[in-house]
Amino acid sequence: MVTCVSMIQVFADGPENIPPPKGKYSEETVCVEPVDVMRRQHFEYILDHRDKTVIEGIRTEKYSLTGCIDCHITPDAQGKYARYSEEIHFCASCHLFTAVTIDCFQCHADRPEEAVRATLRMSGQVIGVQELGKLMQLDALK
Amino acid sequence: MRYTFDTSEVDSGRRGFTLGVAALGGLSVAPGIFLYHSASAKPADQPVSNKQRWGMLVNTNVCQEDCSACVTACNEENGLWSLGRPATDAQWIRKLNVKDRQTGHVTSLPMMCQHCEHPPCVDVCPTKASFRREDGIVLVNKHTCIGCRYCMMACPYKARSFIHEPLYEQLPHSPRGKGCVESCTLCVHKVDRGDNNTACAEACAKDGHEALVFGDLNDPHSEISRLLEKHGGSQIRADLGLNTGVRYQGI
Repeated sequence: MVTCVSMIQVFADGPENIPPPKGKYSEETVCVEPVDVMRRQHFEYILDHRDKTVIEGIRTEKYSLTGCIDCHITPDAQGKYARYSEEIHFCASCHLFTAVTIDCFQCHADRPEEAVRATLRMSGQVIGVQELGKLMQLDALK
Repeated sequence: MRYTFDTSEVDSGRRGFTLGVAALGGLSVAPGIFLYHSASAKPADQPVSNKQRWGMLVNTNVCQEDCSACVTACNEENGLWSLGRPATDAQWIRKLNVKDRQTGHVTSLPMMCQHCEHPPCVDVCPTKASFRREDGIVLVNKHTCIGCRYCMMACPYKARSFIHEPLYEQLPHSPRGKGCVESCTLCVHKVDRGDNNTACAEACAKDGHEALVFGDLNDPHSEISRLLEKHGGSQIRADLGLNTGVRYQGI
């Protein structure tokens, strides 16, 4: 129990400049569930909701990964959204410290749609399919 | 077997009232439920059911040989960016031109997942990742897909693509990644949102061709059902008995 409590304490730490979430889900619980429950069990809620969405087509925002990302990943003062590869990404901030490796963001977007779309735009122009292909190859080489 | 609605249960007075209220201008009956949405839009917290069977009708008589608006729209909608290697780039929809050697007549048609009632890809999947949703949309659950590609072998329509390389900048509604098989989802995110249309059909209509009609095959009043009833539509490889959700006219 002591370990558990101290871990929760540790989880609450992390980089100080993480952009805050958009708002509180509710005054009482702050997040979709009480914060201590979310810190320990968020993956169970997401996993449960994942199958409901993919197989049954249930598209509620609560417990959905997209819902988490839309609320928690917000732009910093310069309007820049953090990537999962950066320490100030909400998810990465904890996973890096606790040495948790997840696969979610190999396939799922780590930022809200507007941020992804912004990356796909270069100086106001939508990147063509070929140009984006080249861009991705460069990314892969890094 | 074709599912039909039991219309005897519908209270005509109540339906008239509902339509009247809807006509007043999109009033909501409850938070999030709007009457001006199509009758087939389901609440987000409800699972899909077999009351609907989503399908597509392709009129090859009006499909233009030099047009690939549907392919471009699909790529944009689902974030299918080319990696510059066409041999392995994902194709959810592609254009085919088929020439009759005897007459020289060229038929142009889009080819994609046919959303079969009895999909061979589902039969062969060892992990049940390839599955048919209750409303007839055939999908890959990429969480359980192991990338064995049996489904690609089994599909008579060559509808599926395998992702060979790491991907970046996926869109939130279309998660995709290396090691998984994928194919046309019939714009499942749009269907669940209640858009009642797919990106390809929207693009085709926008270009003025209207060769693609998306709709509910189980609803006798939907446009697709009316067109199919009036003019008929054929399945590609009907001999396989798969009862495809995508039907073609003019072939």
